[in-house]
Amino acid sequence: MFFGIEWDTSSQWAFAVSIFPILLHGLVVTLEATVVGFFIALILGLVLAALKSAPTRIVRWPAKLLTEFIRDTPLLIQLFFLFYVLPEFGITLPAFLTGALALGVQYSAYTSEVYRAGLEAVAKGQREAARALNLAPGRTFTHIILPQAIPRIIPALGNYLVSIMKDVPVLSVVTVLEMLGVARIIGDRTGGYLIPLSMVGALYLVMTIIASFGVRYLDTHLPKRGLSLK
Amino acid sequence: MSDPIIKFDKVVKRFGDHVVLDELDFEVQRGEKVTIIGPSGSGKSTVLRILMTLEKINGGVVYVGDQPLWHQWRREELVPASEQHLRQMRNQLGMVFQQFNLFPHMTVLRNLTEAPIQVLGVSKAEARQRAMELLEMVGLTDQAAKYPHQLSGGQQQRVGIARALAMRPKIMLFDEPTSALDPELVGEVLNVIRTLADEHDLTMLLVTHEMHFARQVSDRICFFDKGRIKEQGTPEEIFTAPKEERTQAFLKAVLDPDD
Repeated sequence: MFFGIEWDTSSQWAFAVSIFPILLHGLVVTLEATVVGFFIALILGLVLAALKSAPTRIVRWPAKLLTEFIRDTPLLIQLFFLFYVLPEFGITLPAFLTGALALGVQYSAYTSEVYRAGLEAVAKGQREAARALNLAPGRTFTHIILPQAIPRIIPALGNYLVSIMKDVPVLSVVTVLEMLGVARIIGDRTGGYLIPLSMVGALYLVMTIIASFGVRYLDTHLPKRGLSLK
Repeated sequence: MSDPIIKFDKVVKRFGDHVVLDELDFEVQRGEKVTIIGPSGSGKSTVLRILMTLEKINGGVVYVGDQPLWHQWRREELVPASEQHLRQMRNQLGMVFQQFNLFPHMTVLRNLTEAPIQVLGVSKAEARQRAMELLEMVGLTDQAAKYPHQLSGGQQQRVGIARALAMRPKIMLFDEPTSALDPELVGEVLNVIRTLADEHDLTMLLVTHEMHFARQVSDRICFFDKGRIKEQGTPEEIFTAPKEERTQAFLKAVLDPDD
């Protein structure tokens, strides 16, 4: 029994049907972790990208160093740090939040590069025109540069959304009951791993296919309003 | 009467080892219409870009009005200008770019109202009214709701001119405004600039290869060569009787390219 749901081991088919709702519990956690992690990656990545293109070196360098550090260390180490080391300093976060944060921070390093490339792809003349019109740098960034950069980078960001989703199982090592962790526990308790793990694989396939279609839909249906997308 | 609104005092501009402006002395009087001509790489556009604060200078002082542009006074000494000073100075100038540089994600109207609302603090209604007046002046009132890519190059550049004017600059800078246009669209843009040239108060500084047009609208022509003014004078003087050999050769090359 798991999440108050009994499994039926009378036949393989019955077993699969009975554990499906249990896996859905895990699926919800997986999706939540994906969404929260992606949201953190989107915001933090944008902040990092803005810092990395700052005019002063004192701002630029720490941001670059941080990005490099995040990118060059495994997600699992960052996760362990947040989960085991932070409490030593009196900061204890719930397991789910720790996991989502680790995912978000890890992927912010990647999204920041996506943003940076997108921002650099906006024609230089746009910044010059904004400057000639005396628009403030902040306003130029949010209202001139960013709106032109975002449609170009949606496919790349979408790919990272799928990647995050596929990295969520790592969170099971810090006791987050996401889908794969749930499947493993079912296997531990019933001795049958083949069916739950196969079902997780199939569910992942379905989710990533849906996500990919979603990203493609966004990419083709987002108003481009005259932006030349190369 | 000498009342310079723009003054370059021994201005030096380098890109790496390449000297673009070589201790340039240059003045433009209030309300004057000046055209800069010369071979590519002679520093023509750089003069405009320095004035629009898009390029820094490496030496000398630029004055706009009675204030230094890239410097400010601190205890009787000229120190490099703060961003705040640049912001203040920039409001006096408007620029029209070769590549138009309209904001592609904004409608024509929004292109014209964004900066007046954000920078000058004009109300939305007022900015909109002013924008429509300007669009009328450039003959594009029916295009206000469109996006730049829906317009022809000539129409886009007319919007570019209107956008710069929306900030009510005292000085208009035109950086090869027709060079990116198909030949049949050049005329409509030049007509708009010609209308502006009739405005008595507006100071205009124009870089162009349209020699006949320059001759019609300019009070003065400056021939630039190697980062300096090689020769300057009224259109008559420059086009009918250039003194310098370099000027003669240049004009011959651009006016009779088939010879």
